[in-house]
Amino acid sequence: MRPIATTRMAAGIPTGRLAIWWVVASEIVIFGGLLVSYIMHRLAKPEWGDHAANTNVWIGGFNTFVLLTSSLSAVLAHKAAVNGDGPKAAKLLYATCFGACTFVVVKALEWNMEISHGFTISSNTFWSFYYTAAGLHGLHVIAGAIIMLIIAETAKKNLELHRVELIGIYWHFVDIVWIFLFPLLYIAK
Amino acid sequence: MSEHAEHAEHEVNYVKIWAILLVLLVISILGPFVGIKVVTLITAFGIAIVKAYLVAKNFMHLNIEPRYAVYLLVTMLVFMLLLFSGSAPDIMKQEGRNWVKPEIHVEAQAPAHH
Repeated sequence: MRPIATTRMAAGIPTGRLAIWWVVASEIVIFGGLLVSYIMHRLAKPEWGDHAANTNVWIGGFNTFVLLTSSLSAVLAHKAAVNGDGPKAAKLLYATCFGACTFVVVKALEWNMEISHGFTISSNTFWSFYYTAAGLHGLHVIAGAIIMLIIAETAKKNLELHRVELIGIYWHFVDIVWIFLFPLLYIAK
Repeated sequence: MSEHAEHAEHEVNYVKIWAILLVLLVISILGPFVGIKVVTLITAFGIAIVKAYLVAKNFMHLNIEPRYAVYLLVTMLVFMLLLFSGSAPDIMKQEGRNWVKPEIHVEAQAPAHH
């Protein structure tokens, strides 16, 4: 029996995919609110540029490269799932997970370096925003990686292949959030 | 039209899109080295918007989704911006027609030493 998320399409979009769009829509409010708050404070306090000068643009750039590449493997996994090739989709999801792990490890090393230089979440409002925004995003990366591992397990048996697309949409959104976090936290100094 | 056929019709060269995204990333990193603020803003935030558009269109396939999915996301974005623009003057201005933002002295909140 096929799950209702695949077969029912009362609104022109399969129910499972529509649910993911709603997740993304609610995430827009969460991350959008955080980013707009940051921008408002940043415009009002030019001295934040001096604090931002302490973030490492090359580390941020490398992590952007990792996320963009993991988005490529996620969309290729979706393509494989559309072609009915579950095992290939699973392999590409594992590759995406590898990207997620690389991102988190690099982020952890970066935070370790920053904290050892005395820049902690309570140093000032800029660093509070920095750790909150990057931390919330990091949690989304970890959650996405765990869900991807679960989906890859069923996909390699050629089961529930529609889920590959659903996690892909979520993952691309996580990528888009980072696309905006990167210039805000690393480039604008 | 089945979803299968729909995707086949809108075949995208994903590797090419990824390569474009990487080129844009390099430009956004190199932008500040020019040393002109306007160039930095364009290469940082202008390119971020282009990258987000490319990912949403080609990787999330928003271009072949029913239009109301796009409207749903844009509506959330607009209402979020509306909500925050309401609080913007309070954050970004130090004084208004009938008010002055009080100075917050962190030292004053520190516990007194006897």
